Amino acid sequence: MRELIIITRRELGAYFATPLAYVFLVIFLGASGAVTFFLGNFFTRRQADLESFFGFHPWLFLVLIPAVGMRLWAEERKSGTIELLMTLPVTTTQAVVGKFVAAWLFTGLALLLTFPIWISVNYLGSPDNGVIFASYVASFLMAGALLALASCLSALTKNQVIAFVISATACFMFLMSGLDLVLGVFKGWAPDYLISMIASMSFLTHFDTISQGVLQLPAIIFFLSMMAVCLFINVQVVELKKAG
Amino acid sequence: MNELIEVESLSKHFGSIHAVDNVSFAVKRGEVLGFLGPNGAGKSTTMRIITGYLPPTAGTARVCGQDIQTHPIEAKRRIGFLPEGAPLYGDMTVLAFLDFIARIRNLNGAQKKLRIEYSVARMGLEEVLYQRLETLSKGFKRRVGFAQSILHDPDVLILDEPTDGLDPNQKHHVRELIRELGVNKAIIISTHILEEVDAVCDRAVIIDRGRVVFDGSPIEFHAKSKHHNGVALRVTSATAAQVTKLLKGLPDVAAVEQTGTSAGHVSMIVVPRNGRFIADAVGTAIRQNNVVVDEIHTEAGKLDEVFRQITVGEERSALR
Ligand SMILES: Nc1ncnc2c1ncn2[C@@H]1O[C@H](COP(=O)(O)OP(=O)(O)OP(=O)(O)O)[C@@H](O)[C@H]1O
Ligand SMILES: [Mg+2]
Repeated sequence: MRELIIITRRELGAYFATPLAYVFLVIFLGASGAVTFFLGNFFTRRQADLESFFGFHPWLFLVLIPAVGMRLWAEERKSGTIELLMTLPVTTTQAVVGKFVAAWLFTGLALLLTFPIWISVNYLGSPDNGVIFASYVASFLMAGALLALASCLSALTKNQVIAFVISATACFMFLMSGLDLVLGVFKGWAPDYLISMIASMSFLTHFDTISQGVLQLPAIIFFLSMMAVCLFINVQVVELKKAG
Repeated sequence: MNELIEVESLSKHFGSIHAVDNVSFAVKRGEVLGFLGPNGAGKSTTMRIITGYLPPTAGTARVCGQDIQTHPIEAKRRIGFLPEGAPLYGDMTVLAFLDFIARIRNLNGAQKKLRIEYSVARMGLEEVLYQRLETLSKGFKRRVGFAQSILHDPDVLILDEPTDGLDPNQKHHVRELIRELGVNKAIIISTHILEEVDAVCDRAVIIDRGRVVFDGSPIEFHAKSKHHNGVALRVTSATAAQVTKLLKGLPDVAAVEQTGTSAGHVSMIVVPRNGRFIADAVGTAIRQNNVVVDEIHTEAGKLDEVFRQITVGEERSALR
């Protein structure tokens, strides 16, 4: 645990040592603010809620999460520091989870910094704060699951651009897997149970479920187990790749 | 338990490449082992296995009695490792980086401060403490890599080309440090600088295409040279033929080789039979025959020549 925290701290520091963190925060805050207040017809709808704010998160994450996740292992392998890290007295699991937690905390910080928007809606009307809280939790959990996916995929390559592209693609698939766009590819040839399994993997569906306002346990468990599975695979990939 | 590093029938295959092929050796406390070999011989791969980065295909390594495969964490705690090329987290400052390594090595509080100060002072890093690692020169990066490896005062040090890229002063300094640390640690250094074998090592292991082709003391290394205990002479061209004939006639002399000519002079090496000591006999013969020599000295045997003989020699016989 001690090792994990030390790795998390170093990794968090690394985000702020480069412009990436600031670019990410500015884009995230700017875009979610713009969407909420302008695109989402916040003023004309005359309704104080953050539906359009949260509704936009999956699409924002689609671009920003792979950007945060791509460097986690690809950079480590490219610069050779993985050799340093993996010969320190830490287990691969501690390294994988430590790095993931740093990235997750970082996106959590981005979410936290949107609190002025929350305050604004309270000032302008009387929103259901329970729903907003649940939506924040949903957003944070979904970010975590997408990040675990991106982290795992970034261990596959030394090239951050490739890591970004495959992560973005994978994130898209998982987000959309409940929609006809993705299901249509399988319909007609895949057995029904497979289709319903794919549909049940949809991040978007689970995200919507939680952000309805009820913190639904199955949806929460879904995201948490998604993270666990991705990180478990991440550990295997790191070990496999360094074995040469 | 005296042998801190034990390498047992280690092999590593990358597909069809046999990077390390049944390598065995052990390093005792107080011993500095020089690990030599041509490019691609498998030095770095062997070091990566001992430090637990790469899993071996066969065989194993133990560090302070801990098997690197079954007890990786315990073994890694006892190792200080400078990987090839000294990879570092470029976005950190020198101090932040050393602090990170110290923490993960379980150093805290006053002890951490003390150890960081020690490493910084030994590697002369005071002036770059707050500089980002990616902006350091190559030599300084190497020095930070070295400082990182000695932070926790490990029993075992594994250094992959520690003096590569250092200026002559720093090379000298690092060699002295390795000597000093080697008194109560077991150290493996890989190097392409053969003088380092004489300067810092108690023992040399040479590997070639994954196999150990030599394992012995620096003196034994020198003795492998056919010129070991030979006598180098410089005489005038006029007397060269006479001298050659005279010396060839001595009982312990195997051959007399011309090594060069310049400005009316000829340089030659008198090669002894089986490395016997012939300086005395050569000297006597020269004096008795009133030969004028410009220069005379005994040869220890050139390491680069032995190195070539051991490594390239095999290649040639393999080609035949
Ligand atoms: N990850 C890998 N995948 C495939 N082959 C590898 C890998 N790592 C090393 N090799 C091969 O293993 C052999 C030994 O490489 P190694 O780096 O151990 O050599 P070395 O003795 O350290 O050489 P140098 O003196 O150039 O540093 C080389 O043929 C190299 O190409
Ligand atoms: Mg090497």
